Amino acid sequence: MTRRVGVVRFPGTNCEFDTIDAIRMLGGDAEILWHGDPSLKNVDAIVIPGGFAHGDYLRCGAIARFSPVMGAVASFAQEGGPILGICNGFQVLTEAGLLPGALQKNVGMKFLCSMQQVEFVSTQNILGRGSEVGDHLQIPINHFEGNYVCSPEVLSRIETREQIVFRYTDNPNGSTKDIAGVCNEAGNVVGMMPHPERATSALLGSSDGASVIKSFLS
Amino acid sequence: MSAAPEDASVHRALGLSDEEYQEIYRLLGRHPNHLELAMYSVMWSEHCSYKSSKVHLKRLPTEAPWVLVGPGENAGVIDVGDDIAVAIRIESHNHPSAIEPYQGAATGVGGILRDIFTMGARPIAVMDPLRFGPLDDPRSRWIAEGVISGVSGYGNSVGVPTVGGEIVFDETYKGNPLVNVLAMGVLPTERLVLGKASGVGNLAILLGSATGRDGIGGVSVLASSGFDEKSNDADKRPSVQVGDPFEEKRLLEACLELLEEGLVSGIQDLGGAGITCATSETASRGGAGMDVDVSAIHSREEGMEPFELMTSESQERMLAIVEPRHLERVLHISAQWEITASVIGRVTGTGQLRVLDSFDGEVLAELPASTLHDDAPEYKRPMSPPSDLAERRQSDASLGPVNCVEDLLSLLCDPSWVYSQYDHQLFLNTVVGPGNDGTLLRLRHPSTGEETGRGLALSTDGNHRWCYVDPREGTKMVVAEAVMNIACVGAHPLAVVNCLNFGNPEHPEVMWQLSEAVDGMSEACVAFNAPVVGGNVSLYNETNTIDIAPTPVIGVLGMHPALSDPPPTVDLPSDSLLVLLGQEPASNVSMGGSRWAWEIGGCKDGVLPEFDLDEAVRTASFVASSVQKLSLKAVHDIGEGGLAVALAEMAIRSGIGAKLNDYDNHISMFNESGGRVLVVVGNNDLDDFLEAASAEEVTAKVIGQTGGSLLEFGPTVEISVDALIAASESQLPDALGQGTVSA
Repeated sequence: MTRRVGVVRFPGTNCEFDTIDAIRMLGGDAEILWHGDPSLKNVDAIVIPGGFAHGDYLRCGAIARFSPVMGAVASFAQEGGPILGICNGFQVLTEAGLLPGALQKNVGMKFLCSMQQVEFVSTQNILGRGSEVGDHLQIPINHFEGNYVCSPEVLSRIETREQIVFRYTDNPNGSTKDIAGVCNEAGNVVGMMPHPERATSALLGSSDGASVIKSFLS
Repeated sequence: MSAAPEDASVHRALGLSDEEYQEIYRLLGRHPNHLELAMYSVMWSEHCSYKSSKVHLKRLPTEAPWVLVGPGENAGVIDVGDDIAVAIRIESHNHPSAIEPYQGAATGVGGILRDIFTMGARPIAVMDPLRFGPLDDPRSRWIAEGVISGVSGYGNSVGVPTVGGEIVFDETYKGNPLVNVLAMGVLPTERLVLGKASGVGNLAILLGSATGRDGIGGVSVLASSGFDEKSNDADKRPSVQVGDPFEEKRLLEACLELLEEGLVSGIQDLGGAGITCATSETASRGGAGMDVDVSAIHSREEGMEPFELMTSESQERMLAIVEPRHLERVLHISAQWEITASVIGRVTGTGQLRVLDSFDGEVLAELPASTLHDDAPEYKRPMSPPSDLAERRQSDASLGPVNCVEDLLSLLCDPSWVYSQYDHQLFLNTVVGPGNDGTLLRLRHPSTGEETGRGLALSTDGNHRWCYVDPREGTKMVVAEAVMNIACVGAHPLAVVNCLNFGNPEHPEVMWQLSEAVDGMSEACVAFNAPVVGGNVSLYNETNTIDIAPTPVIGVLGMHPALSDPPPTVDLPSDSLLVLLGQEPASNVSMGGSRWAWEIGGCKDGVLPEFDLDEAVRTASFVASSVQKLSLKAVHDIGEGGLAVALAEMAIRSGIGAKLNDYDNHISMFNESGGRVLVVVGNNDLDDFLEAASAEEVTAKVIGQTGGSLLEFGPTVEISVDALIAASESQLPDALGQGTVSA
């Protein structure tokens, strides 16, 4: 059965249609979930896509976490539903307390849009199916606030519990331990700064993101 | 009643000449009141009326069967087949960026995006050709960094990828940078709407930001005069608007939804001259009139004067013309996107633009709507070539201290520090992004997302050195360069837009430059069969009465007819043959207008190399078809810096060198003879390739082979690829990467 994915749209979100296109191309079905509507429309999985939810005003994700849809998203996470936060979506999930850590400005104090190589650190999560630890993927990043930080306690906990999903092989933004993506303890909520939906076609430079999205859809 | 105003200082302070005042008096048959005068002053400003350039712009070719909308609307629109239309426009935000770089550039992006979605198109690409003073000038660095941050900060957030552009540094832009922005959008052809108001009783709804006191007189105070030491530029800062990309994003989505549902009969963005411009233009295009209620305009502060409300250039606003039966739905969609919507006007059948204090209240201004732009003055300003032109053309631009290796290193600059700050991938269309000759985007249907198997190509190009030496030939070469750039990604040209950045039109030499440039552009556009579908004229680019070198910037839109694989890049592969396409210049070709002559030889005069436009047309067409057939291993256009810089850029990208049989002197290395392209072909493909070139009457010559870690020009000039990489990469981060500017 085709998996139905809800893609959350806040005012200021801009990667929602790219994400839907990638999901459909890889065999899934997708529809928009409007931020002001707490109904999840019985979807099987949720993506919080990239962009600038609420303009990223105040702090990335700080306003979005209060949108009506986020209460339902939190319950969905509790019930073990698969949730993927990409870029701004990762920031929203950390602000909402569904993922550990936070994302601050890049060390170079510049926005960065470039292709990056990331490595699978753990496959014990919704993105790891079909991949091996150590697999390298070419996936672009596109952010100003992608510098992952967390307390030493949190770091040691997420290391022990295999919650670090991806790390950069050439750290572009100063992230602690080169972290590019993390998951919750159960592995059903993942946040990543690189954009897998932008790496789904060789014509556009890389199709390495397809395996990640396929795993999410399976 | 006398035609002389009571107080001549009033209209002069607003930027109107005494003659212009007389004309207003004649049109109205009475003296205008202050509000009316303010409205005329913004609409008759150089920026809005093109009063100095109109007479010349009429000579540009604008028609072709695929042109749906030509110049004069908010954007040009092209039919690209499969029921898809493309809207494209270029604009300048030069003066605001000189004073307040971040906001000047940011609002430049915002303004042009509104021009695109005004046509019913979703903007899918921005290009930013940028020109600044030299990197060793602190103020120029401050401006450059602020502008780049502004494009990045606004463009990324509003959610439109910046897919290409240019970055140029030269003494001529010290004090007066050029910040041009091109935007392109796609729409289902049947959704095309025009900025006109018709249907008596229809409502004019102001959507978006509250109107504030920012940007009052932007077009007249700021855009229509130069900079000098006497005026304190900081005093002009309040004339620069402040941008809010989040407001723009919501406005964009709301407007596209209104258009999708067919709720608006006309729509117009608010840019220069604010509500005055939007109401008068929509009314007069529709052959109608309009009553505008200033008390209904949602404003940022209490006590704003009617003239402030009518001329404010506050950003992120649109005016939609709506039938009363759709009002409720329009308000609902606006509310969903958290956009304020106010009914501020009603379409009338009188042809008069009336400004009222509430619809049945006092009439504050009343004038025939069409007089604000149709009757704007049109000047045939005096023009003459510079008096020393003949003498200047005698100069030998090849003289100067020569050190081929050092000269090459100094001409390299990797722009990736700039474009890595721009989202250039959003919408999953970018096949060839910034840092290459042309940009190539997948063309997908705007409603269904379905691929067409075709691609859209874009390039923006300008060259002030060529155009200073010879504005007519130089502009012709610039058009050819732009077309050659898109040929390098496999596209043939469909349309051209232009941004004419020139000095003070009251200087006869400037008007001569403008006129010559227009003629050169016309000739080239006719030759390439690429009509001009839109443009922008930016005058008064001067500092202390010194005009900038003339800088027409050309944007070209092209089509790749069968896009299934990425085209060859500029990366040099090993063990292949380098072939030069296009006419090879004589060994004593002129160095006039070359970067080498300006930056190293110290000569800005001389003549341009002879340029064969017909051969350039054949070469571009041959390059495009070779790229489409994927018969090339690499391709790169030869532009500023000549063959040596083009080849070095290829070596830098791949880390692989090359050996040329010849080209071991500065003239053969750095001359900028036009219409040439470097391509790389495999040893086994050479015969077929040369035969194909010959069949198309394109000159092709094998000039060397690729491989190794050195770049060798003949037996005497060699340089390691590592040294090229180091020189190129360090330029911009060293100069600009110090983090001196924050937004």
